[in-house]
Amino acid sequence: MNGPHDLGGQMGFGPVAPEKDEPYFHAAWERRALGVTLTAGAMGAWNIDESRHARESLHPADYYSSSYYQIWIKALETLLKRHGFVSERDLKAGDAIDAAATPKRVLKAENVPAVLAKGGPCDRPVATAPRFKAGDAVQTKNFNPTGHTRLPRYARGKRGTIEAVHDGFVFPDSNAHGEGENPQWVYTVVFDGSEIWGEGADPTLTVSIDAWESYLEPA
Amino acid sequence: MSHDHDHDNELDPFAARVRALETILTRKGLIDPAAIDVIVDTYETKIGPRNGARVVAKAWSDPAYADWLKRDATSAIESLSYTGRQGEHMQAVFNTEDTHNLVVCTLCSCYPWSVLGLPPVWYKAPPYRSRAVIDPRGVLEEFGLTLPAEKKIRVWDSTAELRYLVVPMRPSGTDGWSEERLAELVSRDAMIGTALARQPQQAGEPA
Repeated sequence: MNGPHDLGGQMGFGPVAPEKDEPYFHAAWERRALGVTLTAGAMGAWNIDESRHARESLHPADYYSSSYYQIWIKALETLLKRHGFVSERDLKAGDAIDAAATPKRVLKAENVPAVLAKGGPCDRPVATAPRFKAGDAVQTKNFNPTGHTRLPRYARGKRGTIEAVHDGFVFPDSNAHGEGENPQWVYTVVFDGSEIWGEGADPTLTVSIDAWESYLEPA
Repeated sequence: MSHDHDHDNELDPFAARVRALETILTRKGLIDPAAIDVIVDTYETKIGPRNGARVVAKAWSDPAYADWLKRDATSAIESLSYTGRQGEHMQAVFNTEDTHNLVVCTLCSCYPWSVLGLPPVWYKAPPYRSRAVIDPRGVLEEFGLTLPAEKKIRVWDSTAELRYLVVPMRPSGTDGWSEERLAELVSRDAMIGTALARQPQQAGEPA
């Protein structure tokens, strides 16, 4: 979707303002927000693509006025309601009122180190051979899907070069919507700055994205 | 420190909202609050940029390791026991005399947690995510880094599940240094690409 998250090349947000000796957390609630997000995700009811789509589906005004942990929590409430774990009444009351769906698992403290160390690999076998090889000229699709996609707007309809062929990976555009993993080959595609930004582009700039095979056509 | 004081009180509506959510999920038996404590402790005290700095220092010291890191960063990094969430599929990109590398996630906040820990706020915020791909030199200037005009800049937008670690160039004047000492020259920002490795005379300054 052409959501508020798709920020590459947008203007007007001001300086980056890096903070010297920045702490990992700026308030105690951010620690709990990280942990609640990860432990709730560990129930196994949704995948990372559905989480990302819930975050980017916030209203743009809400997205831009929220810190990243706030975005996480707002999206988490959506996911918990969608999957039957909390109700609007629960949230309004700040207490457990309605019965919850049964999670696939509950992450216990003693299992956290193993679960974090394992992570969630999303490489998958792909039955077909890769359509492209390193050095191939490609053009990214020009599309505007209303659902989740990982092809940023600035890189649509652009000519680039395949730099690397990676493994097969879960396809987020379907996986975010419960339509299956449908793994595809992923490629690093590199573009000249001028192809993307046109007139006035930094002549020393190249930009790469990692693109699923169906985002690409031969050029 | 000034930013670390406790905002978690009834006057902060968002703190109350998070606390309510944790309470609801705990009372329904869906989460274990002790698991949250372990997660927070892991990312606050155990996993951070020291991991990545050790990878870089080893690559500077050991050409065979550097070659492995180039070809198969996931395995090379795993050999130092840095694995797991948001580091499942790693790629190391090496700065050279010709090219400077910069990593961003324009679409969300993808970041190599296993080697750098949790991302800083600026990495996740719109100013950096919007400008890194169109005006990387301007962004780097804000970090106090002015690159020579002829230096090529390669921006890696982390749009899939590959996570990028920049290997900065080894500073001169460090011949014979141990890996431990070299690692002190490698800041978090140098491994994102918003800084270079520290010069030997700067060693000891904070990131």
